[in-house]
Amino acid sequence: MAPTNPDLPSAEPALKRRDILTFSSGEAFQPFHYSVGAFGTRFFDELKKNRRFMGVRCPGCKKVYVPPRPVCGPCYLPMTEWVPVGPLGTVIAFTMLRFAFIDPETGQKKPVPYGYGFIRLDGADTSLQHFLQVDEKAPIHIGMRVRPILEDVMNGNLRDIRHFEAEKK
Amino acid sequence: MANRVAIVGAGQTDHSGSRWDVTGVELINEAVQRALDSAELTRDDIDGVVIGNMGHFEGINGVELWSIEGNGGLGKPTIKLTTGGTTGSTLAIGGYHMVASGLFKKLLVIGWEKNSESDTTGAITTAFDPIWDRLVFAGAISGLAVEASAYMKRFGVTERDAARAAVRDRKHAVNNPHAHIRKEISIDEVLRSPMLSDPIKALDICPRTDGACAVIYACEVVAEKISPKPAWIHATANRHPYAYLGDVDWYPLHSLVAASKEAYKKAGIREPLKEFDVLELYTPYSFANLSWIEALGLAKPGEGAKLIWDGATDMGGELPINPSGGVISTNPIGATGLIRAAECALQIMGKAGARQVPGAKRAMSTGFGGCFWSDLLIYGADKP
Repeated sequence: MAPTNPDLPSAEPALKRRDILTFSSGEAFQPFHYSVGAFGTRFFDELKKNRRFMGVRCPGCKKVYVPPRPVCGPCYLPMTEWVPVGPLGTVIAFTMLRFAFIDPETGQKKPVPYGYGFIRLDGADTSLQHFLQVDEKAPIHIGMRVRPILEDVMNGNLRDIRHFEAEKK
Repeated sequence: MANRVAIVGAGQTDHSGSRWDVTGVELINEAVQRALDSAELTRDDIDGVVIGNMGHFEGINGVELWSIEGNGGLGKPTIKLTTGGTTGSTLAIGGYHMVASGLFKKLLVIGWEKNSESDTTGAITTAFDPIWDRLVFAGAISGLAVEASAYMKRFGVTERDAARAAVRDRKHAVNNPHAHIRKEISIDEVLRSPMLSDPIKALDICPRTDGACAVIYACEVVAEKISPKPAWIHATANRHPYAYLGDVDWYPLHSLVAASKEAYKKAGIREPLKEFDVLELYTPYSFANLSWIEALGLAKPGEGAKLIWDGATDMGGELPINPSGGVISTNPIGATGLIRAAECALQIMGKAGARQVPGAKRAMSTGFGGCFWSDLLIYGADKP
């Protein structure tokens, strides 16, 4: 589909970048309002009211899932048994994020650097992904024991946990 | 019983960091026309089109309609297929399914992306759960960095080991006129490149690319009339097992272990290192070239690096991997998995030019994406 209009700049030799227009979408954004569902809502309610973490156990494979959800994917069985997990956990994988990118939740550049990792809360078989506080005296490492720091005012979302940090023995 | 299916043609655009000179539709058409030309077919010969990308990169929904004038599908069954990072490899498998069903004789399959038109990492993040996974996740780079951290800890693999694999892919890309980045790099350059997300540095990771790829599938009745040496599909398999990133076990890449076991069984492969002539793997960062070949059974756990250092996977080695330069050299995301399929087909057809593995008769391509998902296809010069 080469340009055929003789009034257009010729396609041969190659067009220069300045010859081609760009159309920008501007600053428009589309807000979303997601249902957290009954299982997610209970998780955040327990965190807010009782300051405890809860997962759900599969009646088939016995795995304890965090985040909680109504169906075990591999077993395809409904899950109804709630069990307390954590609050202490273990780092099973992590990174230090150093490049800035646009956070789709806020439309702003994410503040970097920040540490984050996958935390296996005690008693759970899956992991929660969250911020890890960086402490130069105790660098983040796999196997590190961590504890959650909860916000004083909670709004029923993952930001109710400020971050996880090294558990002091 | 599935009908036999072969790839008989393939076309790729001139991939680059910004194809500012064309719209998405024009980019798609460039690959489509090259694929038709390669098989000496016209648009009218095609009886259906499957097209895919990750729509959040361009913010355009309904690409199958938007691109109808350029994609060859006008007046024919034309559908969209998309599965995140695995889109290109899922396109390759889905196209196979459609022709193997017997309902389509000649099918055009298209993958494309214009990653220059938005923020790639921000867009990738929207593929993940808004309640649980978006707060800290930073797209593909951070997800892969986390995987690397677990792999390094488990086996003592080093950043230098991984750098050797990046050097291989970038060296291979010099032979590929379609590659986005065609410049050799050294191990020291990889190690000195800026840290993006520990332990991944700028030269460990794939670029973001504008590009499209189109592949033509044919049923057994017409395949050999179109191409003297079609690339027959011997087996496909896929595993998309997780939705939440916290469900992933970080070693091995379980989805690839399971998919390869299934596909090897279907194709009768017992010793993959010996039986394949060439691989095109969706390895988007250097460490994947070590740990994921362990998942494929090419090396024992923790010994992937040895195979890389030995040169066994270089051009001229026992089993060349990524003669095209791989994903580290070219990454138009919705096309990336399909480019792997196209490159395997070119190898079998003997049309891979300077990147040809002499006499290649059996090949395998993979796709990676989503929440540590894997797709896999096996190709042969002989009929399955």
